[in-house]
Amino acid sequence: MSSTAWADHPLAQLTLVRFREFWREPEAIFWVFIFPVLLAAGLGLAFRNRPPDVIGIAAVTPELARSLRQEKLLDVEELSAAAAEAALRTGKVALFAAPSPGGAVVYRYDDTNPEGRAARMLADRAVQRAAGRTDPVPSSDRLMREPGSRYIDFLIPGLLGMNLMSSAMWGLGFAIVDARRKKLMKRLIATPMPRHYYLLSFVLARLLLLVVEVGVLLGFGVWVFQVPVRGSLLDLAVLCVVGSLAFSALGLLTASRAQTIEAASGLMNTVMMPMWIVSGVFFSAQRFPGALQPVIRALPLTAVIDALRAHMLQGAGLAQVAPQLGVLGVWLLVSFTLALKLFRWR
Amino acid sequence: MSDAAPKAALCVRNLRKAYKDVVAVAGLELEVRWGECFGLLGPNGAGKTTTIEICEGLTAADSGDVEVLGMRWNTHSAELRQRLGIQLQETQLSEKLTVMETVRLFRSFFRRGPEAAEVIALVQLGEKRKSRVGGLSGGQKQRLALACALVGDPEFLFLDEPTTGLDPQARRQLWDLIDEFKLAGRTILMTTHYMDEAERLCDRVAIMDHGKAIAVGTPRELIASIGVEQLVEFSAGGAAGVLDVAALGRIEGVREVRAENGTVRMQVTELHQAVPALLDELDRQGVPLTELRTHSASLEDVFVILTGRHLRDE
Repeated sequence: MSSTAWADHPLAQLTLVRFREFWREPEAIFWVFIFPVLLAAGLGLAFRNRPPDVIGIAAVTPELARSLRQEKLLDVEELSAAAAEAALRTGKVALFAAPSPGGAVVYRYDDTNPEGRAARMLADRAVQRAAGRTDPVPSSDRLMREPGSRYIDFLIPGLLGMNLMSSAMWGLGFAIVDARRKKLMKRLIATPMPRHYYLLSFVLARLLLLVVEVGVLLGFGVWVFQVPVRGSLLDLAVLCVVGSLAFSALGLLTASRAQTIEAASGLMNTVMMPMWIVSGVFFSAQRFPGALQPVIRALPLTAVIDALRAHMLQGAGLAQVAPQLGVLGVWLLVSFTLALKLFRWR
Repeated sequence: MSDAAPKAALCVRNLRKAYKDVVAVAGLELEVRWGECFGLLGPNGAGKTTTIEICEGLTAADSGDVEVLGMRWNTHSAELRQRLGIQLQETQLSEKLTVMETVRLFRSFFRRGPEAAEVIALVQLGEKRKSRVGGLSGGQKQRLALACALVGDPEFLFLDEPTTGLDPQARRQLWDLIDEFKLAGRTILMTTHYMDEAERLCDRVAIMDHGKAIAVGTPRELIASIGVEQLVEFSAGGAAGVLDVAALGRIEGVREVRAENGTVRMQVTELHQAVPALLDELDRQGVPLTELRTHSASLEDVFVILTGRHLRDE
């Protein structure tokens, strides 16, 4: 072990202790680094983009079936009238086509079912084209399936925000309450240690771990799912640091008085659970009623996630996410001031 | 020691501290001289820990005056923190750090003091310096706590129940260490509820009960003050009920007789006369003797005689 001057500075020693305590706790490593990646991988897999669905339909005569098979988006099955009726009723097919006297065709389907209506349009187009109709206006398709509008693109900034919150809050909260419970904090204040160094060491360690934490999840998203990062990396770093500081302050406030791990866990969950639900980690916060929106947007997790999404998906700069930065700044200042007032050192 | 040279290393006057429903310290007066090892001896709940923590500047007193190294906590806390070494009761140091890492952390808070490795060697943990704190035995943890108290080369050492919960061998090891600090001329204030520890280590002792010092002096003075040199204890087994206690009190050289739960305790001045006389008397009464013990008076007896209770009583 080197004994260079900087390493013997109390702040360096305290920060080193934070690191050692973290690295020597395998569970912490799992929750902070591995769990978010597993979650992203799982959800990315579940909501991966599939080729457009083909719609299953039935045709009662071989001629009809032949004409309908010209349409790539239809999966045509040839069935007897009775079997087709049964298949329609049980949802196996969305529609069946049957001939009617005078060369006409009858489509049987449920018009309240969007799939049925789509099948009706596709089937009719196929039948008409097979009979020789030509379209008066030529048309072609240009498909939009680019990165940035998929679920995984929505999800990664959400997970990043959630990870910033939980690692800052648990990281600070648990360590502080544990030190208080074991009277380690009391032992430390019986030395000449400057008290602000103690608190500062948590923040420093948090910011250094942040680099790894954000790097792992973001790297995974970019490498495996080609999630875009359209804003500048510097702006992204600023967002992550401000977010992490705000959550650290909130964690400090939550842990400022608790004497037991149980009490602290309860408080932490009370603070974080509502945000997991309403702040748009897994689905858009816009789904909640309009009356709740001002409250939801004032929450720090919503602010972080909105800012990260704007940055990564739309390439927003810091000026464009100023409102979110403002929300985070207020949380940081208010929580930190309150935490210092309330903090129990023994 | 110091240029200002206050008369005493620690001066406590009329100290009071009450918690919600308990009075922990009730008008305590204390003076710890330079270079002495002073013990606060008393049962649990006597106010020892509250007293030492007020002197350490960790707890605020309700009233009274505390002067440490000629300074007061409200004006010189930064300076005092540099010059005091403190060991608290039941601190759990971080289990995931090694011995070396822990001592280096504490060393970093002090302006001056020995190298971490030096302090570790001093408390005989050299072989364990790379071990995690979580894997140390109780005695080793306690010695590590002592190392953390010594890293600032303190003039004044505060030890709160340094050997509580340790096995006899670990206790003796710790006592030897404390002896070395005494030889180095450090002032020590320690609390204990072990009378043998106080007798072995302390130059002077204050016996505390209900937040007050009920007797202060060297262990020898305190024992002499009760005017009893020897104690005789015996059990009469099943015949205890028929024992004539008053007759025992009339034996020459016997000062006081107490009988409880079939055991009789007698304070005796002349052991060589009292024991044969006691045996004769028991023989006369027809009481069989199942156990007989004599010992020199100790601080425990001082406490029993002053308060009517044992030190270990909660």
